[in-house]
Amino acid sequence: MWAILWKDLLLELRTKERVSSLLVLALLIILVFVFALTPEQLHQPAFGSALLWVALVFAGMLSIQRAFILEQERNCFAGLLLCPIDPGQVFFAKFLSNVCFLAIVEAVVAPLTLALLGLSFSVSLPGLALVLLFGIVGFSALGTLCAAIAVRTRAREIILPLMLLPLLVPLFIAAVNVTGALLAGEVWTGTWFRVLVAFDVIFVVTGWLTFGFVVQE
Amino acid sequence: MDGVRMNTVTSRSDLADSFLPWLTCVAMLAALVMVFLYVPNERVQGEVQRIFYFHLPSAWMAFLGFFIVAGASAAFLWQGKRSADLLARAAAELGMVFCSLVLLTGPLWARPIWGVWWTWDPRLTMTLVLWLIYAAYVLLRVFAGDNETVARYAAVLGIVGVIDIPLLYISIRLWRGIHPKVEQMAPEMAWTLLVCTGAFVCVFTWLLWLRLRSLHLRDEIRALRQHVVAAS
Repeated sequence: MWAILWKDLLLELRTKERVSSLLVLALLIILVFVFALTPEQLHQPAFGSALLWVALVFAGMLSIQRAFILEQERNCFAGLLLCPIDPGQVFFAKFLSNVCFLAIVEAVVAPLTLALLGLSFSVSLPGLALVLLFGIVGFSALGTLCAAIAVRTRAREIILPLMLLPLLVPLFIAAVNVTGALLAGEVWTGTWFRVLVAFDVIFVVTGWLTFGFVVQE
Repeated sequence: MDGVRMNTVTSRSDLADSFLPWLTCVAMLAALVMVFLYVPNERVQGEVQRIFYFHLPSAWMAFLGFFIVAGASAAFLWQGKRSADLLARAAAELGMVFCSLVLLTGPLWARPIWGVWWTWDPRLTMTLVLWLIYAAYVLLRVFAGDNETVARYAAVLGIVGVIDIPLLYISIRLWRGIHPKVEQMAPEMAWTLLVCTGAFVCVFTWLLWLRLRSLHLRDEIRALRQHVVAAS
């Protein structure tokens, strides 16, 4: 498992293409929103949080798809499956590498968004980082499972968001609410955070258990 | 061997074919009579409320479809039987039809009563998201073709969808909360609702049966064609 994870990270370290392209994409999405919204709207914390998550979801979807398209080219995935390891471990490797990439992207994009929208930095940054991390974990878990399915169908670009987005609704509602409250400087909302954590736990376990069914030949 | 299998299917389908359409027909007629002639007008809402007798059973059938999909998906992953896969597929398609009915009859009622076609109430949101999950499932089947691998993908998606439901329910509940709850019902209304639900169960079962049979027949035709090609 660590070998596969290391392989993915090394590949990225050598080319740097995935993280850099995701960064630019996330910034572009935020730019589109800046043009679409009025200046008054942009200063509202609720819009800031919505924007952060929309950018993350779209960038994340491409990232997760990339992970499997790379393996699909030249049939590398078949090679991975021939290794004498449990498919659950392949799942964890793919899942963790995606968490790493998205965390790096968010580490740059989130502060930039706050600055661009003129939201105050006085919000509890550790709290924001924690919420983003939990969001990324849940997204990557479900995303890895769906992408493994989508990549082997016709029309894989369209089927991934069709499967992933409705399933992500609970994560999205919870994450946007926690982030919005944090940006507005309100008290910590525990209930939403619990939903977020429950989503993460449930889908990491589901992904780990069902991945074998998806990838077996 | 093919001949034997076809015979069993045909004899079972004869029974269901002669029985289910009539049962559905009678139940549906009874439901229509009760909705339009028997049951009195609701005191506040008037005539419009009668759509409720079709709205609620549709919603129940949509949920039923979802649970059949989940059950059949789990059974398929467990045992790998082709019939479980076909059942999941037929139930998903039907569930989507009934979920669409809910989403159509709801706004027809909401416009005169609430004054808007749509509002982001928890149950409405939940139904819409369920419809979208169904749509993704059906489209996955369409895009991915029809073979053993796709059956496994769809089964995983069906199970993941059901696991998602409690989370969806909790998060949407916490998010907002004006859908009417039925508190007290006149006996006539309760009877009408019961008969309508019965009629919808019949329609659901009949359509499910027809769809299942057509899927099985398609499998048989494919097998026969391969047989013929191999023989020639």
